[in-house]
Amino acid sequence: MATGHDDHDHHGPAKGFTRWLYTTNHKDIGSMYLWFSFAMFLLGGTFALVIRAELFQPGLQFVDPNFFNQMTTMHGLVMVFGAVMPAFVGLANWMVPMMIGAPDMALPRMNNWSFWILPFAFTMLASTLLMDSGAPNFGWTFYAPLSTTYAPSSVTFFIFAIHIMGASSIMGSINIVATIQNLRAPGMTYMKMPLFVWTWLITAYLLIAVMPVLAGVVTMMLFDIHFGTSFFNAAGGGDPVLFQHVFWFFGHPEVYIMILPAFGVVSEIIPTFSRKKLFGYDSMVYATSSIAFLSFIVWAHHMFTTGMPLAGELFFMYATMLIAVPTGVKVFNWITTMFKGSISFETPMLFSIAFVVLFTCGGFTGLMLAIAPADFQYHDTYFVVAHFHYVLVPGAIFSIMAAAYYWLPKWTGNMYDETLGKLHFWLSFVGINVLFFPQHFLGLAGMPRRIPDYALQFADFNMVSSVGAFIFGFSQLLFLFIVVKTVMGGKKATAQVWEGAEGLEWTVPSPAPYHTFSTPPPIK
Amino acid sequence: MNEKPQQSTTGKLVAKLALTVVAMFGFGFAMVPLYDVFCEITGLNGKTGGKEVYEATTAEIDTTRVVTVQFASTNNGAMSWEFHPMQNSIEVHPGELNEVKFFARNPSAARVVGQAVPSVSPSIGAEYLHKTECFCFTQQVLEAGESIEMPVRFFVDKALPADVNKMTLSYTLFDVTTNFASEPQLTAN
Repeated sequence: MATGHDDHDHHGPAKGFTRWLYTTNHKDIGSMYLWFSFAMFLLGGTFALVIRAELFQPGLQFVDPNFFNQMTTMHGLVMVFGAVMPAFVGLANWMVPMMIGAPDMALPRMNNWSFWILPFAFTMLASTLLMDSGAPNFGWTFYAPLSTTYAPSSVTFFIFAIHIMGASSIMGSINIVATIQNLRAPGMTYMKMPLFVWTWLITAYLLIAVMPVLAGVVTMMLFDIHFGTSFFNAAGGGDPVLFQHVFWFFGHPEVYIMILPAFGVVSEIIPTFSRKKLFGYDSMVYATSSIAFLSFIVWAHHMFTTGMPLAGELFFMYATMLIAVPTGVKVFNWITTMFKGSISFETPMLFSIAFVVLFTCGGFTGLMLAIAPADFQYHDTYFVVAHFHYVLVPGAIFSIMAAAYYWLPKWTGNMYDETLGKLHFWLSFVGINVLFFPQHFLGLAGMPRRIPDYALQFADFNMVSSVGAFIFGFSQLLFLFIVVKTVMGGKKATAQVWEGAEGLEWTVPSPAPYHTFSTPPPIK
Repeated sequence: MNEKPQQSTTGKLVAKLALTVVAMFGFGFAMVPLYDVFCEITGLNGKTGGKEVYEATTAEIDTTRVVTVQFASTNNGAMSWEFHPMQNSIEVHPGELNEVKFFARNPSAARVVGQAVPSVSPSIGAEYLHKTECFCFTQQVLEAGESIEMPVRFFVDKALPADVNKMTLSYTLFDVTTNFASEPQLTAN
């Protein structure tokens, strides 16, 4: 088995299915994470299309309200825990060891385990759709008492699925921290690390800090439901608002967990295609750290309407707005990196530029939501939906696609089809804006989220939004086609792949050999 | 490759990180009492100042101030009881011991256990309202058709901020027949 790889460095992968089952190779595990996350992306996307099909016109067309709620819940859970997070862990597995000149991850066996428990977690979660009680229907934020007193009986499967996903994330993060802190090639100091490695180091610490809190909150739910405790039950002296505090103490760092690695990806790609060094490397590191720190003291901005005292509203409002400063530093640095650069617009660069523009839009609507008095108007409307989809879809998801196109030649040894790649980009770019931009207007006009039917005045924008959803959704099949085509063959890629690419991963041949950097590379 | 020292540093780091995970799991649970303590200190969440012994002999009554205390009642979810205060509001002097009664009747055909949870607004005044006796300290059991008058005794602290001259004491009544029938005593102050 591959576990003996220290003894004989140059053998290739084992054959057959057991290669994937027993592998401890960071590249194999990275690939599995990426394929798994893509499968979850399609699953979560299917749920989203059910939602958008129902909302295409007013009235109840396809699904009943309870099933609609199951769709919004499962869409959120699958996309957050199944698509975005595993995709970034997959990228980290593939790229972090190659970027810091390490032979593999620090804890290869645990790496195997942290991947292989994921399919079980999601099988368990998805199986609730087939149960008599139906899937969880209380929204991905699973507020008590909706998720305790009034939950369908499948909630217990949901709780254990979350436990397993959490365990997977925690093990993955410990592995990434151990790899980055202990396996850097001699001479690779912290301030020489590529920014993708930096952002993942910080993300991994965030995960280690908050995933246990998530495990705690679902454990409290489990006790409330099955063992008669009253953590969130007011009748027994508990408090449902406490649930929101504990959840968002996890939840806010969680949204940065989904965006910090995206910052790292974009900070790799923009310098390459601008043929310039990243502007303000040090400030990028400090900005990322500041964002991570601030993420712990802003959670209650999700709860402005729970009846917080004025002092609390003001504190969380100002603390939230403070995050705009380091984020602004980052956007400024990306733009300045492009300024007077010799830019070419290959697919990864297109996705990255779209990321900078559209993520900034999402950031600005975030600032609007941070204003406590205004939030009373926006709270739980489609404006919120538009906001977080702007930061997560053209934010996190676009960066993952940019990363896939950017490193695909390194992974497969073949160039992807640039024409198809650009087509995929433009379909996604147009689709996403048609999909989410009208939702801002719907929200400002007062359309509530998580509702299967709506008043007539919202009809036109909803129809436009649904059209965008189907354009965006189906163009992802084109992405699948492009990736499969590249894996099967194509123009051979050079070691450096991109003219302006710098970094250790571009010094090894394409495709990257099964074992890289068995002896540490020299660092300039 | 010098495997030995690297392995031990990795081991130490992993141990530290694992400890952090355990500590953060604990922190999640620690947020429960921390939240209660925080609410108690700040009076947020409308939680009243805890049970206090009222010393009638030594207590001085501030007759120069009049505070209006209003009473409100709500039934939670499926709670079937008829439940309301017998007076809508009273005027009290700070330091004076007062008693009001709430009426409850179980119109259903089954024995029901009820638990009332109090809340005071404005929250800034919550910690100055002390209850010496309250039906919310224990669960109430009513047989089918039975009714009861439930007393609550309270006094308003003389330290009540000057700008608070009206307070509302509100009770939400929960049906806890299934949840907590086995536990006779529950403390919700």
